[in-house]
Amino acid sequence: MNMAIRVDHLVKKYDKNTAVDRISFNVFEGELFGLLGPNGAGKTTIINILATLIHPTSGYAEVAGIPVTGDRDALRHRIGIVFQEPALDVRLTGMDNLQFHAMMYGLAKQERKERIAQVLELVNLEPKANLLVEKYSGGMKRRLEIARGLIQHPKVLFLDEPTLGLDAQTRRHIWDYIRKLNREKQITIILTTHYLEEADFLCDRVAIIDKGRIAAMDTPSDLKSILGGDMVHIKIQGEASAYLDLLAKSDWIKSIKQHHDQLTLTMEHADKRIPELMNLARQAVAGVQSVNLSKPSLEDVFLHFTGRNIREDESTDGFQ
Amino acid sequence: MKAIQGIAIYVLWMREIKRLLHAKSRLMGTLLMPLFFLAFLGMGLKRSNIPGVPAGMGYFVFLTPGILGMSILFSSTFAGLSVIWDREFGFLKEIMVAPISRISIVLGRIVGGMTTTLFQALVILTISLLMGFRPRGWIMLLPAILLMILISVTFIGMGLIFASNMRDTQGFNLIMNFVVFPLFFLSGAMFPLESYPKWAKTLSRLDPLTYGIDGLRAALIGKSELPLLLNLGILSGCALLSVMIGAWFFEKSEYI
Repeated sequence: MNMAIRVDHLVKKYDKNTAVDRISFNVFEGELFGLLGPNGAGKTTIINILATLIHPTSGYAEVAGIPVTGDRDALRHRIGIVFQEPALDVRLTGMDNLQFHAMMYGLAKQERKERIAQVLELVNLEPKANLLVEKYSGGMKRRLEIARGLIQHPKVLFLDEPTLGLDAQTRRHIWDYIRKLNREKQITIILTTHYLEEADFLCDRVAIIDKGRIAAMDTPSDLKSILGGDMVHIKIQGEASAYLDLLAKSDWIKSIKQHHDQLTLTMEHADKRIPELMNLARQAVAGVQSVNLSKPSLEDVFLHFTGRNIREDESTDGFQ
Repeated sequence: MKAIQGIAIYVLWMREIKRLLHAKSRLMGTLLMPLFFLAFLGMGLKRSNIPGVPAGMGYFVFLTPGILGMSILFSSTFAGLSVIWDREFGFLKEIMVAPISRISIVLGRIVGGMTTTLFQALVILTISLLMGFRPRGWIMLLPAILLMILISVTFIGMGLIFASNMRDTQGFNLIMNFVVFPLFFLSGAMFPLESYPKWAKTLSRLDPLTYGIDGLRAALIGKSELPLLLNLGILSGCALLSVMIGAWFFEKSEYI
């Protein structure tokens, strides 16, 4: 299989702050690859480097066989990008936005007409094409941007937080479009997200990015299986060290993690083990507030690899 | 790639035209202020004797070229500065990631801004003709239009210089109040420069708009401090310099 993207020891520094810290990964042609991480983890910086908008400090990166520091215009011809923030001219109609894009990518008149009709159909925006974009809803703007990113028939499509700020129903629709593009048009897609369910639902492979580095990279199901079976979350009250000792002696428990007052245990067939867990708690005189059983999610994977919840950093973001 | 790409310039030019057509109220807004100046000042002071304005010419005739220059100064600076709105609203990224050269982007913005600005100036000129203004010869409209283009290019370039060095839209009012208005008042658009004190006269020699408006007066009403060709020459230099510096700053500014 050929590589659509190769990244090798990529570094981007801003003054003293290292946004991307020696990251390496490859994306195969036709793959739907996700960069998962909290805001400020460096995902957008990676995308901006790959899209030739900013220069890397050091390291190597190439897209569609072209180094990002090489023939930038040739590279730009081969990619499409949907930015995190809308990048539309709202004082123009949807059609104008698409027309101008097609012209900047050097398409001839007849080709422009055909491709614009195609992409409008793909995102179901034909009836709204001649409306000013300032009258569009958030979901419509996103769809228009996805359509625009496809006009030049990109080999690689970058989607930076494609469903940020959209309601649940619209998000579902966007997910369907993204899947359709990847499956039917065989476009390599690399997306960034801090929604775990989005990465889980869409991506063939996921790289978990934390503080500018890759914490883990694999398929969502393999990442989840690293955690080993089902998970039981026990919320405890008060002192729990006696309980933890008892749990540590039970060989059917594969792992024990403590995060504040929450214990996360992994084991096989957890549903059958819950009575036993309660017995142990009684023996250790530990207060149990609640017990929760779950199949592992990427949320758990993130916690496992970074020691933090993905949403813990959210209150401090927005200032870059 | 350093090449100048016609198609990219055309797209960015077309964008300005379409935006102008979609926002007719905005167009009205930018036309009204110069027209009010022309109507109320020109009419109100029609019979006054203002030192420096030749007897028998009338203040309205003297004022018209000044108001043309003023209108071009404001809308051109605005056109150059509008890069900061493109950055704010994200559209700049769409342009920056397209496979087109930076110099084409700069030229497209200048040509687009120049067209809308010139259109507005010609509307004002037409209305002033309806109000009784007469150029000293119709053929003189040609050098006048050339001067208007040069004024426009000069101040779009200036707008680009400021926009490339601003991170957000906060500085916009600052530039309007501390740069654009002083340039306007120093240019002699409203009153003959000879009644200004010496320091103000010296400063006005550093204001490109002074040569623009003096040139317009030379062409349209035949009353000027410097000859038409000298004004044209100095202004051409200003335009070239401002575009070059503007393009240089735009190239090196961070887009995102």
